[in-house]
Amino acid sequence: MPTKPAGTLYRGREGMWSWVGHRITGVVIFFFLLVHVLDTSLVRVSPEAYTAVIGAYKNPLMALGETGLVAAIVFHAFNGLRIIAVDFWKKGAKYQRQMLWAVLALWIVTMVAFSIRHLSLALGGH
Amino acid sequence: MTATIESPRSGRIAPQYRRSGGSKGNFEMIAWLFMRLSGVVLVVLIFGHLFVNLMVGEGIHAIDFGFVAGKWADPFWQFWDLAMLWLAMLHGTNGVRTIINDYAEKSSTRRWLKTVLYAAAVVIILLGTLVIFTFNPCPVVDGVALPGGFCPA
Repeated sequence: MPTKPAGTLYRGREGMWSWVGHRITGVVIFFFLLVHVLDTSLVRVSPEAYTAVIGAYKNPLMALGETGLVAAIVFHAFNGLRIIAVDFWKKGAKYQRQMLWAVLALWIVTMVAFSIRHLSLALGGH
Repeated sequence: MTATIESPRSGRIAPQYRRSGGSKGNFEMIAWLFMRLSGVVLVVLIFGHLFVNLMVGEGIHAIDFGFVAGKWADPFWQFWDLAMLWLAMLHGTNGVRTIINDYAEKSSTRRWLKTVLYAAAVVIILLGTLVIFTFNPCPVVDGVALPGGFCPA
């Protein structure tokens, strides 16, 4: 028998803030997705129209924007897998906090690797 | 003398409070499950998409009409992108639906926002699907065929 009530899963601290982060990144990704389908659809208009608009992505400011977008996607992806583990793994709820730290560690590793590669390509020569 | 207390839940629950058999069925449970299943698939599809388009070769510098044409000349990437489009749009639309339900307090506001959301989702899904399948990777511009290793000579 527990001697005191267990902490709630989704109020305050890691549980709540990961939920806030999941919502914000989700909305950001959704609006980008709408724009991304529209810009890609320009291939159906003409090769010039597509290449011109996609050219707008190839500048240093957009390179930072893309890195931010990928940061949102990678957090949403890893935290989404954590949510699935919380829901379906028997010990998921017990270890939700540790899993968030694992998500953040993997997120940093992935983003360091992505940023080095993408920014050196996007900001380098050409 | 003991008073007889009627057993709760003895069939006198007003219809609007019943948890099963309502007109909504188990839509919310299906939606919850869909978010998890589509989420796992989307991690694979989107990480693959980002890796192939941004990390390999010249990365973003290689992306132009010829790059997209080269990918969609191959049914593998057509179906990859089609699956990504449908799953991401349904996953995102359901996520935004949840957020609207959480934060829009007036039911008329909720209805309006969701109408706009569903209309946008239908337009984007249909447009994207149409583009993937009616796209010609080897267009002839001003009588000149664009070069592409995947095009017939």
